[in-house]
Amino acid sequence: MDLGLPLAELARRVEILLWPVALDFKKSDVEALPDGDLDAAFINGAIRLSEQEEWAHLLRRKARIVVAVGSCAHLGGIPGLANFRSVESLLRTVYHATPGLDSPSADTPARDLPPLLPAVRPLSQVVKVDYVLPGCPPPTDAIAGAFDALLRGALPPPPAVLAPSKALCDTCPLRDTRPERLELRQGRRLAFESPEMGTCFLAQGFLCLGPGTRSGCGETCIRANYPCRGCFGPVEGVPDQGLALLSALASLLAHLPEEEARSVAEGWPDLPGTLYRYGLPASLLNRLGEERER
Amino acid sequence: MSRRITVDPITRLEGHGRIEILLDDEGNALHALLKVPELRGFESFCVGRPAEEMPTITAAVCGVCPSAHHLASARALDDLFGAPPPPAAARIRELYYQLFLFEDHLLHFFFLGGPDFLTPPGAGPAGRNVLGVAEVLGKETTARLFDLRGRVRACMSLMAGRVVHPVFAVPGGVTRPLEGECLDRLASLAPGMVSFAQDVLALFLEKARAHPLFQTLEQDVDQELQLHSAGLVDGKDRLDFLGETVRVVDPGGEEALRFSPRDYLSHLAERVEPWTYVKFPFLKRPGWKGLTDGRDSGLYRVGPLGRVNASRAMATPLAQQARLLLQREMGGPPLHRTMAYHGCRLLEVLQAAERTQALLDDPLLREREVRCRPAGVRRRGVGAVEAPRGLLIHDYEADDRGILTRVNLLVATVHNAGALHLSVERAARAHVKNFRGDEALLNLVEAAFRAYDPCLACASHAYPGGSSIELVLRDSAGRIRDRLGGE
Repeated sequence: MDLGLPLAELARRVEILLWPVALDFKKSDVEALPDGDLDAAFINGAIRLSEQEEWAHLLRRKARIVVAVGSCAHLGGIPGLANFRSVESLLRTVYHATPGLDSPSADTPARDLPPLLPAVRPLSQVVKVDYVLPGCPPPTDAIAGAFDALLRGALPPPPAVLAPSKALCDTCPLRDTRPERLELRQGRRLAFESPEMGTCFLAQGFLCLGPGTRSGCGETCIRANYPCRGCFGPVEGVPDQGLALLSALASLLAHLPEEEARSVAEGWPDLPGTLYRYGLPASLLNRLGEERER
Repeated sequence: MSRRITVDPITRLEGHGRIEILLDDEGNALHALLKVPELRGFESFCVGRPAEEMPTITAAVCGVCPSAHHLASARALDDLFGAPPPPAAARIRELYYQLFLFEDHLLHFFFLGGPDFLTPPGAGPAGRNVLGVAEVLGKETTARLFDLRGRVRACMSLMAGRVVHPVFAVPGGVTRPLEGECLDRLASLAPGMVSFAQDVLALFLEKARAHPLFQTLEQDVDQELQLHSAGLVDGKDRLDFLGETVRVVDPGGEEALRFSPRDYLSHLAERVEPWTYVKFPFLKRPGWKGLTDGRDSGLYRVGPLGRVNASRAMATPLAQQARLLLQREMGGPPLHRTMAYHGCRLLEVLQAAERTQALLDDPLLREREVRCRPAGVRRRGVGAVEAPRGLLIHDYEADDRGILTRVNLLVATVHNAGALHLSVERAARAHVKNFRGDEALLNLVEAAFRAYDPCLACASHAYPGGSSIELVLRDSAGRIRDRLGGE
């Protein structure tokens, strides 16, 4: 929708067969198509319910190209943090343990509802994904660029993430102030302190995920004086964003005696929830957890 | 006659849901249930996170109202950390929020709900959408809409880092003062916002007077829901998206209750029903009486119509003038016709535009001090804003390091869940008869919930993975009689 006027132009060049937030075409319209009839399906959202799994399979069957749009489809996204919890624990909190419930002992909703899957999954764990538009949300010009490349037949060979392969630190406007090693003796938090504008967050002791996050967002958060939280996912070829970030942080602290390094790290509570803010379901950590459960 | 009817997905709303209509033996709609089969569990997985991360984490609850979650969360953190924002920060937040309300409401009017009456009656699924609206408006107005909305969103991006999922609000203020370039761009926008809002309001009144959707529903008293209304108000009881007091009026328009958002648990409770993942809030007084309207019902409405009813006046002169006109045309005050939501939404667009202009003239907006440094951690923090879709409350508890130990989110569409049910049910009764539910009739049922601009992503604290609504017609014994567009 943020494409603005070019949207009207685009709508003249393509036939849109499903766009639930804006157009009234229904699932049956898609089901009626021959397999492979759609040029492309752009799918957002992670897979949490059996019903979403069915939608993903339907669109994969009908479309020659599948593009995962946004952090949730790409990596699981913020709702993927739910993978730190069991389904039972989610339901218990929401329906039996939040304050203000009229009847905390009432039945958990289940009647005629599609069941929750045991975990949140990125789209690529459910169907083959050809391209990824990363970001929460993907920048409008990246979306426009993908449409343009699609129409010109200029997309790269699949599978590919449609963003630069570098790390955010390499394109960051504050990169000249980034240290090789951290001179601070304490990790700092946005709750209690304000970063100084124009200086690398890590140099100031604030956690920033730039070293392990793919570039391409335009560094808009950094320019608004807010450190990166990793929505573009890992850089090219890195399987686990959180581990890559942990390793980057460790090398920043490597010169410190263990006690001092520990005290810096203790200033950054909840490293798992932060380093895997957008990418837990796609991570090795998640896979290890599932294997252990089995 | 088709025995199975499915509307799948329901369209032109944010999120994922399904309507089930139960038929009597003659095939007339008897009951309708709005189901939201999705759940993300933010209240569970946010526990253990550092509190200051919540404005960016909860912004991801939703793709259309992230700004509301962002600011409700920041306000909860102001409270949790005992750090009231300095004057410039409060104004920067408000300015951003007025821009957000302006563009989000216009999005609903032109993309989501409006196509139901802006496009000609009888426009099928291929034409009943923003592209069809663009044809009705003509090139010039369409260009004006896209240009204005694009420029507003660009300014919001400059202010907040990202326009979807902003990152600028922190406990006690914002991350940086407003810069000259941004201020200049905003100053050039504001007059155009006010005149566009006036033109859209005039367009609405013209269309509403002529469109059968409004006429049908106006003749049908069932479309008037006699419910309480709730919304935030300022010190003079005027409509205020960032007010500090919740005011509730009864169906006759008399004040029934006022309370600070901090005390919401004393006045509101939530009902869990086994057939939907959405919970139903209600007023503890009169209490839960089931899904029903009337003076004794505990159900209440929020959002544009709830706010207009719950306030004594608009906060700006042009919007107040328009409010009097709208109330005359739509049978208020108080307004009870569900379709009046569309008009109330546009009153708020005008108020947001006028407030934007006023804020830009306020010298305090330009001050450099934009953050009050938090001193410590209190046990609990509560923050509220009026999201476009209604009252939104974030309620956190944390330990002495500011790590969350309990999270409760009471979101706009959830407050409206009971009313949404009633509206859908009554629209179904009016339009689904003799086992008949063709595309055009079922769109009238969809139009009833679209008036609310429901966000089912928020309602299930969820993000749509693939939006889907299914319309299932059952007989009184619970047997499925029909689905539209069947699987």
